[in-house]
Amino acid sequence: MAKNSLSPRRRAYAVLMKALMFVSAGLTVALVAFLVGYVMVKGVPNISWELLSTAPSYLSGRIGILPDILNTVYIVLATIVIVVPLGVGAAVYLTEYASNRRLVAAIEYAAETLSGIPSIIYGLVGMLFFCQLLKMKTSLLAGALTLVIMNLPTILRTTQESLKTVPQSYREGAFGLGAGKWRVIRTVVLPGCVDGVITGCILAVGRILGESAALLFTAGFAHSLNNFFRGIRSAGATLTVALYVYAKERGEFGVAFAIAAILMLLTFVINLSADLLARYFERRRTS
Amino acid sequence: MERSKKRVEAFVHGVFLILGLITVGFVLLITGYLVVSGIPAIRKIGLIPFLTGAKWASTAAEPSYGILPFILTSVYGTAGAIVLGVSVGFLAAVYLAKMAPPAVAAAMRSAVSMLAGIPSVVYGLVGMMVLVPGVRRLFHVPDGASLLAAIIVLAVMILPSIIKVSVTALEAVPKEYEDASLALGATPVETYFRVSVPAARSGVAAAVVLGVGRAIGEAMAVMMVSGNVPNMPSLFQSVRFLTTAVASEMSYSSGLQQQALFSIALVLYLFIMLINAALNFLLKRGKGD
Repeated sequence: MAKNSLSPRRRAYAVLMKALMFVSAGLTVALVAFLVGYVMVKGVPNISWELLSTAPSYLSGRIGILPDILNTVYIVLATIVIVVPLGVGAAVYLTEYASNRRLVAAIEYAAETLSGIPSIIYGLVGMLFFCQLLKMKTSLLAGALTLVIMNLPTILRTTQESLKTVPQSYREGAFGLGAGKWRVIRTVVLPGCVDGVITGCILAVGRILGESAALLFTAGFAHSLNNFFRGIRSAGATLTVALYVYAKERGEFGVAFAIAAILMLLTFVINLSADLLARYFERRRTS
Repeated sequence: MERSKKRVEAFVHGVFLILGLITVGFVLLITGYLVVSGIPAIRKIGLIPFLTGAKWASTAAEPSYGILPFILTSVYGTAGAIVLGVSVGFLAAVYLAKMAPPAVAAAMRSAVSMLAGIPSVVYGLVGMMVLVPGVRRLFHVPDGASLLAAIIVLAVMILPSIIKVSVTALEAVPKEYEDASLALGATPVETYFRVSVPAARSGVAAAVVLGVGRAIGEAMAVMMVSGNVPNMPSLFQSVRFLTTAVASEMSYSSGLQQQALFSIALVLYLFIMLINAALNFLLKRGKGD
């Protein structure tokens, strides 16, 4: 009844806008479905045990991505180990110590700036600072340190969010019992921000897995098989960099799609665990 | 006892202060490095010839370093991606925030997160294999690696940020506004676009600016689909962006050529700083009212 009372113009507007919204939403979902489907169809048949478990050999012409997988694991570990204390420390400073509003604003603005800087610029500065000035050469460590700067804002933000959920009364209670500031932070504040740190780590791992431009000139392209301590000091390609090299420079599209499929699966797993954890933390907080 | 406790407290405070200042330190480090390494080439080449020179021939016998093609390509490429990405992303966001049934909304949210998480090289790879041949066949051009292919890839890549930020802004619109509009006889669709969207406008604007930042900073995906030739931008020609100009020659450059690449990075950085300032302004204003 209400519908019939509308003027034709208004009815046309409603129909048109609705149609446009449906098309856009449908297009977005279709894009995701196509990307996932295409990469899986092209990539999964190329994943073999040999590909996953060997190093590439020019002699036999074999291509294996085990070194790239290990390099990725090394760089993720090194980055997380370094960035977590820095990010958590900065967050604790901002929420527990900082009293100067201008300083807080400056730190927050700096964090926002860092999250907006393109990865190619990180790669460039990482190359100049870590590889050349600090003489680390092109190495996984230089790459990891570059990624530390990139991921610092993420850890900082998620930790800060979860510190804000620690009730003020807990802190006051601890102070009331005679605890010093450091003790309160150690026993009350830090345990309260575990949620945020874990969430931040998952986001950071996702970003590290997907990163390529920042690693090209800092971590390099080598595919040699190393243990952690040797590997971290030598150059090495992560999975994304290997994908780029195989697709763009070597024309090995089968391998590139196999890596793309692996990355897609990892992205999916990371998104899923981030979702599940967020839901779990939410439930624990409200119960 | 009391004294040593105080000393510990002061020490811990100092440690956290340093950790807090590290973020600022990193920004200063990056800015400092880019300025110090970017200035020499600009000095040698001259600011005006560097920025407005239309010819980039860094390895020629008589090298010429004009980055106007890169600047224009980045600007046009970003503008194109924004036009495509924002129109689709904005409409999808309104649907997701206001109209979608809960189950559909949940599915769309995971789809958008997936889109955001896909590494840029994977976009580049799919673009290389699907988009580039597609552009070649569809428009009968000799090479599909072109500005158009780059624009489409960038539009897809900025879609998740635009949708996420717009949805957050749209969901923050007070329900009373919408109820009032509905009670006055507006249809739901009219309410979404004439009441909710204007109320969320700074958030939507922030989404656009964020998209601009993402698009102008993307390197790898664009490198794989744009052909990477320093032409003046044209939709069906191979082009080179500011980001890819830095990435493509860095591994083998030296001397003035390398310094010029640092200067390109500095120009890119200045663009990003402007965009960041705009973003910050918009988000602050969104929180303010």
